[in-house]
Amino acid sequence: MTSQTASGPTPVTLLLPRAARGRQAWTRRAFRNRMALVGAAIVIMLVLLALVAPWITPARYDRTDFGDAWQFPSSRHWMGTDGVGRDVYSRVIYGSRVSLLVGFTAQALALGVGLPLGLAAGVLGGRVDFAVMRAVDALTAFPQLLFALLIMVALGSGLGNILLAIGLHAWIPICRLVRAQSLREREQEYAEAARAEGAGEIRVVLRHILPNLLAPAIVAVTLGIPQAIFTEAALSFLGIGIKPPTPSWGQMVGVGVNDIRFYWHLAFFPAVMIALTMAGFVLLGDGLRDVLDPRSART
Amino acid sequence: MGRYVVSRVAAIVGTLLIISLLVFVLMHAIPGGPFDEDKMPLSPASKANILRSFGLHRPLWQQYLLYLWNAAHLNFGVSYQRPGESVIGLLAHVWPVTMHLGGMALGIALVGGLGLGVCAALRQNTSTDYLATGVAVFGLVAPHFVLGSLLILLFSTLLGLLPAGGWETPRNWILPVLTYSLAPLGVVARYTRVSVLEVLTADHVRTAWAKGLSARRVVLRHVLRNAMIPLITIIGPLVPDLLTGSLFVEGIFRVPGLGHFFVTSVYDRDYPMIMGLALLGTLLISVTYLASDLLYLLADPRIRYL
Repeated sequence: MTSQTASGPTPVTLLLPRAARGRQAWTRRAFRNRMALVGAAIVIMLVLLALVAPWITPARYDRTDFGDAWQFPSSRHWMGTDGVGRDVYSRVIYGSRVSLLVGFTAQALALGVGLPLGLAAGVLGGRVDFAVMRAVDALTAFPQLLFALLIMVALGSGLGNILLAIGLHAWIPICRLVRAQSLREREQEYAEAARAEGAGEIRVVLRHILPNLLAPAIVAVTLGIPQAIFTEAALSFLGIGIKPPTPSWGQMVGVGVNDIRFYWHLAFFPAVMIALTMAGFVLLGDGLRDVLDPRSART
Repeated sequence: MGRYVVSRVAAIVGTLLIISLLVFVLMHAIPGGPFDEDKMPLSPASKANILRSFGLHRPLWQQYLLYLWNAAHLNFGVSYQRPGESVIGLLAHVWPVTMHLGGMALGIALVGGLGLGVCAALRQNTSTDYLATGVAVFGLVAPHFVLGSLLILLFSTLLGLLPAGGWETPRNWILPVLTYSLAPLGVVARYTRVSVLEVLTADHVRTAWAKGLSARRVVLRHVLRNAMIPLITIIGPLVPDLLTGSLFVEGIFRVPGLGHFFVTSVYDRDYPMIMGLALLGTLLISVTYLASDLLYLLADPRIRYL
């Protein structure tokens, strides 16, 4: 493939696509930031809903009322009721608690494991690097869902085991990223300057390199949250995640999809909430990358 | 080159060994066995007989070594949930359906994603661009089971246009393939857009315009060929995902493929089938990674990591 055909003196004239670039880059960034704001608004709204759930729902999520079962959405039950007469709206609101809890906690765990390991691999190199990267390679090659399934069936359903099943894979991208970044950062001039001033290697890593790693790590964590939320929803959809009567959106879709031809509202509302939540975090993460990590923001 | 490939293949064999041990330990750590009372009521004597016939009475380390020995001779055992059918036979039976579904989804994702990404890049910041970004983000954020449920709701329940499940006629294929292809289509479109935008500003493209080449020729010959290179690493990992099937898509649309065996095998403690699925998945992932690395090497003569 002969791609580098540019020979001779490069003409200085700007071509059309470039000429219009200044203005376009500006509108583009404005658009992206607007999307990031939308994402942030969705996330904040969800957190608020999860916090004030008891005060904005008409009934507790597990209150059954068999005389009121299989109701379609109405002014009394905004999202209808399910087969045992539970209010779907209440369950959807309470369900945000599980999704957010799993998303934040799993990524906190992933950061707690991935950041130190990635930093150790990148800075220490040698055997540490080899060991960490082989573990990363082996886990990468493992079919993720089968792994999560085995763990959930072996240990039983429940929040802690879900976090474990998600966490075992979630630290990998963060570890990779931190390792690659630390390899690059420690050769940068500022690190060299710090060393020249007589700073020890530990001080260089902790005071100078680590702060520069945090921004891309935060972006990776934000973009990992929708992944964690997705995995929880998928496990609950299969009936091995969150146990009823505690509501989780994935579990509600999994149960509701059986009756989707007659009672569409059972699967529809939690499905929309899953998509909305993931969209919120993805948009927020993309926006954060533009702000925090300008080097890779040229998208 | 030859030595590089050999060392990579050796690494794959090593990975398979590690994974096989990991899965073996994990699946035997699950309480309960394949022939417990709740699954089939048997007298203690006949249960002991069955256990012996499957070699399950031996200590675990012997079972593991025996499995490795047999696997090295391409004998992966007999599935417990389908008595009489070997794991290989069962896979040969159900995997083609999954590959059919995954192959069609992959084709649509590649063609659609590339087209959408190129259009978005060429018309940057127009409504085409925003539409492409919108589709890409939606593909990323709507899990299969969410998208599948919504599509059934719209096209089967509300409009009555398409069947909600089954795999008999091409009409049955539309919804599952659509569900399955949107996420990878979004991924491909996003990365194509970025990659094409980057190449568009390169010197050789400016030269091509300056030579007075037609827009079609510039895009196809000079932009797309170079923009494809970074895409190889993005497309690679999509392949094993799509070909091992989604138990969600296959479950929702009742496609008789590989997908639901992931769940039933774990539930039934079908040890040979669990091992078979894990090794198949691992092998596919490793081989695609190797293939995409080699393709990368062939596609871009500037890259040398040997």
